[in-house]
Amino acid sequence: MAKAGVGERLRRKEDERFLYGRGQYVSDIALPGMLHAVFLRSPHAHARIKSTRKPRGREARVFFAADLEGVKPIRSSPNFPGFKGADFPVLAVGKVRYAGEAVAMAVAESPAAAEDLLRDIEVEYEPLDAVMDMKRAVEPGSPRVHDEWTDNVFCEMRFDVGDFEAATKAAKHVVTRECRMNRQTPMPLEGRACLASHDRRTDEVTVYVSTQVPVPAQIGLSSFLGISQRRLRVISPDVGGAFGLKTFLDGETVAVTWAALHLGRPVRWIQDRYEHLVCDANCRDHWYRITGYANAEGKLLGIDCEAWCDTGAYSPWPWPAGIEAGTAPSNMQGPYDVQAVRARAMTVASNKPPVQPYRGVARPGVCFAHETLMDALALAVGCEPHEIRLRNLVRPEQMPYRTVSKKLLDSGDYPEAMRRAVQMIDVTAVRARQRRGEPDGRRIGLGFAAFYEQTAYGTGPFGYSAWGIELVPGLEPATARLTGDGELVVDVGVHSHGQGHETIFAQIASEILGIDPEKVTLRYGDTSISTAGTGTYTSRSTVSGGGAVATACKQLKAPIARIGAHLLQAKDSEVEVRDGRVFGPKGSVSFAEIGRAWYHHPEELPPNVDPQGLTAVAGYKAVDGGVFSYSAHGVVVAVDTDTGAVEILDYVIVEDCGRMVNPLLVEGQIIGGLAGGIGNALLEESVYDERGQPLSATLADYHVPGASSIPDVRIAHMETPSPFSEFGMKGVGESGAIGPPAAIANAVNDALCPLGAEILETPMTPKRVLAAIRAARERR
Amino acid sequence: MKPAGFDYARPGSLDEALRLLGDNAGRGRLLAGGQSLGPMLNLRLATPELVIDIGRLRELQRVETTDGALVIGAGVCHADIEDGRVPDAAGGMLRRVAAGIAYRAVRNRGTIGGSLAHADPAADWPPVMIALGAELDIASARGRRRIPAADFATGVLATVLEPDEMIEAIRIPRAANAPRWGHYKIAAKPGDFAESLAVVVIHKNGAVAQAVLAGRSQVPIVLSETGRAIAGIRAWSSDQHAAIATGLDADLAQHGVDAQFSPEDRAIHLACVSRAAREAIAS
Repeated sequence: MAKAGVGERLRRKEDERFLYGRGQYVSDIALPGMLHAVFLRSPHAHARIKSTRKPRGREARVFFAADLEGVKPIRSSPNFPGFKGADFPVLAVGKVRYAGEAVAMAVAESPAAAEDLLRDIEVEYEPLDAVMDMKRAVEPGSPRVHDEWTDNVFCEMRFDVGDFEAATKAAKHVVTRECRMNRQTPMPLEGRACLASHDRRTDEVTVYVSTQVPVPAQIGLSSFLGISQRRLRVISPDVGGAFGLKTFLDGETVAVTWAALHLGRPVRWIQDRYEHLVCDANCRDHWYRITGYANAEGKLLGIDCEAWCDTGAYSPWPWPAGIEAGTAPSNMQGPYDVQAVRARAMTVASNKPPVQPYRGVARPGVCFAHETLMDALALAVGCEPHEIRLRNLVRPEQMPYRTVSKKLLDSGDYPEAMRRAVQMIDVTAVRARQRRGEPDGRRIGLGFAAFYEQTAYGTGPFGYSAWGIELVPGLEPATARLTGDGELVVDVGVHSHGQGHETIFAQIASEILGIDPEKVTLRYGDTSISTAGTGTYTSRSTVSGGGAVATACKQLKAPIARIGAHLLQAKDSEVEVRDGRVFGPKGSVSFAEIGRAWYHHPEELPPNVDPQGLTAVAGYKAVDGGVFSYSAHGVVVAVDTDTGAVEILDYVIVEDCGRMVNPLLVEGQIIGGLAGGIGNALLEESVYDERGQPLSATLADYHVPGASSIPDVRIAHMETPSPFSEFGMKGVGESGAIGPPAAIANAVNDALCPLGAEILETPMTPKRVLAAIRAARERR
Repeated sequence: MKPAGFDYARPGSLDEALRLLGDNAGRGRLLAGGQSLGPMLNLRLATPELVIDIGRLRELQRVETTDGALVIGAGVCHADIEDGRVPDAAGGMLRRVAAGIAYRAVRNRGTIGGSLAHADPAADWPPVMIALGAELDIASARGRRRIPAADFATGVLATVLEPDEMIEAIRIPRAANAPRWGHYKIAAKPGDFAESLAVVVIHKNGAVAQAVLAGRSQVPIVLSETGRAIAGIRAWSSDQHAAIATGLDADLAQHGVDAQFSPEDRAIHLACVSRAAREAIAS
């Protein structure tokens, strides 16, 4: 095999080890003398800790907060106006504020023995009323999550852009919807995990962490443990899925690292599924009230929106409380040409785990809100849902388009994506089928969702820098090194946990250097390999990490060409680097011969050779506002009005993520995202009782879609390059997950429309569907 | 999620297993396929001192067809039934039910006796065995007894088994003509525990119908009134659905469970029972 560059449908290099179960995860790594840590977790959602007692004779193996000398609470306080801080204690101090909060750590020779220790720890609690509903949480007289606060509001943000008053005055149609996206948990196969070990020779603490963000994890551990960054090495080996869950630094990793230093022995913690379902029930939990003001034809003039997020008890690091609701206002207009947006974003504390972004910071919720609004508007105007979208989508001739919230949509043909989705799903045929009726009595519904995906954004004035948060993305490094046998080692700061970077970055190197991707090794997930870069999240890695790889490979061309020219006895200007060789006027030399000359036979090098050699260090700075992928989803469902069951009959996705490095992997990202989105739409919910007890603590109660829940989605690509990125690439990591809740809700509501029923809450479980039908019947 | 320490024994014969169970009554737990006990051990919801592994006992793997009954050893796994390695005395229903239990890896190990003894209200086998009029052979070192499947479970995860007893076999009556049957399961996704599970069995040319309902929130109950309504139905129409609804409401009231159901719970159960009935009538 030779060159397989950008655009090739190359199969993943990493698949063999994953499919044969040969990946190496934290739980596959064991060190001599290793101890196992487990955590005692609060059985109460809200309680005061009255007293604690360690098991007699085993006091040295059990730790409460007061024992963790030198450890600081995790602090994540952004510059949001009026933001109230809420330190996230590594182990609970004074109070517990959600069921599952870590209260004590026990270490022993095996996880089972450590769990035995937990049984003998005594903690006396004084249970308090729990704050479980964000609307009631802001009422006077509500119990308070944090005693020192005057209410339960982390922060309230207001947003007002464009001439909103003019929009409301000119409006002929005013439609309002309230929608709720309930709490759930991201569902990686591998839970969180860490293993810390102190090397006395180097005085370095090596911490294996299942994380998306190795360098930020190093920085955070340094801050909260109070030890220098130079003494910390974070290794993130194979990570079995992350989806945003593994961007935050958990207290368990801080405590385990402290224990390894304190005890002088390696300590490992592997989160189990119970802990995952209880402690990491930490995403979504949004509520919206959205009002659209439109002219007679349904052209949106303005949007008014309340965006609430029940963000749990603490502000996590590095993504603080507030970014979920705070992300909503500037995205409420969606991919539509709307000139006025007014919004209020409320971030409310409760006795639940702290909310983290999950496959799209607030994106699926925002899309759910603006897309159910579009269907409501279509109903009011009396036109097809796709028609109302075509009237409002930003048009290609407007590109690049500055939204009213100052985002710069870089390129694309949004209406064309919708038209293709309409064609693929065959709206005419679906409407005819609806009129015919089904032999089994089910009702057919058709739904669409259109949205953009803001990817790979930089430090920008409307980005994270203005918010003063701890992790501002933007720069990303890469190092490319030609080896002595003419092959390539590439080091990057972004992490790969399902994205297939080992394949696509090799393709990018192949595109530039013509080298066979099989001869490229990608190294990542180790702060001693890549000392900078903020990791993989917000659909940034292909653009930023890949951009850095391209830049490094381009830089590497120069020394390769110069040495090659010398070996060919040609001028620098006469040679060309391609297909893994250097070609001159008379013949060529291979990369292997060039590598051999540099590493083994410097006497063959040109006398003025650059001693920097065959290593290129480069970086990539993403454009501030990022590059915008976009998509149109179309879905046909059958709703069983007797059982409330929703079956997906057809699903189409038109996707434009700019230039695709590997369409096969783009489709993999979309299909995987769709699976998560279907779970979001129909199945997944972290349920609590009114006292804050988690009721979805096992996989028998928390329903994750299986293979049979995922339809044979049909994907069509558009490929509009971004003017702002290498090769015109855009990110695509979140897109598949953003659209499904909205599209499926619209389809369900299309099916229920003749009954006068509407459901605007995820997941759309059979009981919710039946309740919506009953409510409609009772209204009549 | 690691079990508390326990002793482990793997007896070589049923007699030895019964003796061990008898000697450790109240302290020992039987492990067959481990598909329920395994997670319970890991969650420390079960902390037996002794785990008695009966997964390899040949006496529990036997399948016999007698004049009056099909006798399935308690240790037969769901996959053996699903794949037809066990004769189906219920005209195909056993295979259908087995195929809907969890997913294949669970069916390869999980056993019919284990499922019945665990008595999860949402499990697949208990309502089926009640509807078929099956009996359970119960064994202990003290002796044997036989009880109707309908009398076996006493509540959620609770049965009439004494601490020294185990299910040895399940006896499903065989008639000259296999019964007509209907089976409907409503679950969050295929293979999940049932929100609602209804089994309808019609005997004797439609003169007698047995209907049983189970689900996550409902231990199996026999729907007598519903059964009577079904027995009278010759062909399906929307009137029949209404008759079943009336019967079901009477049954739920009679069992005293009507108040615990929301309108949506009732609607789901009604749809489930109605569909099972419709299938049985049409078969």
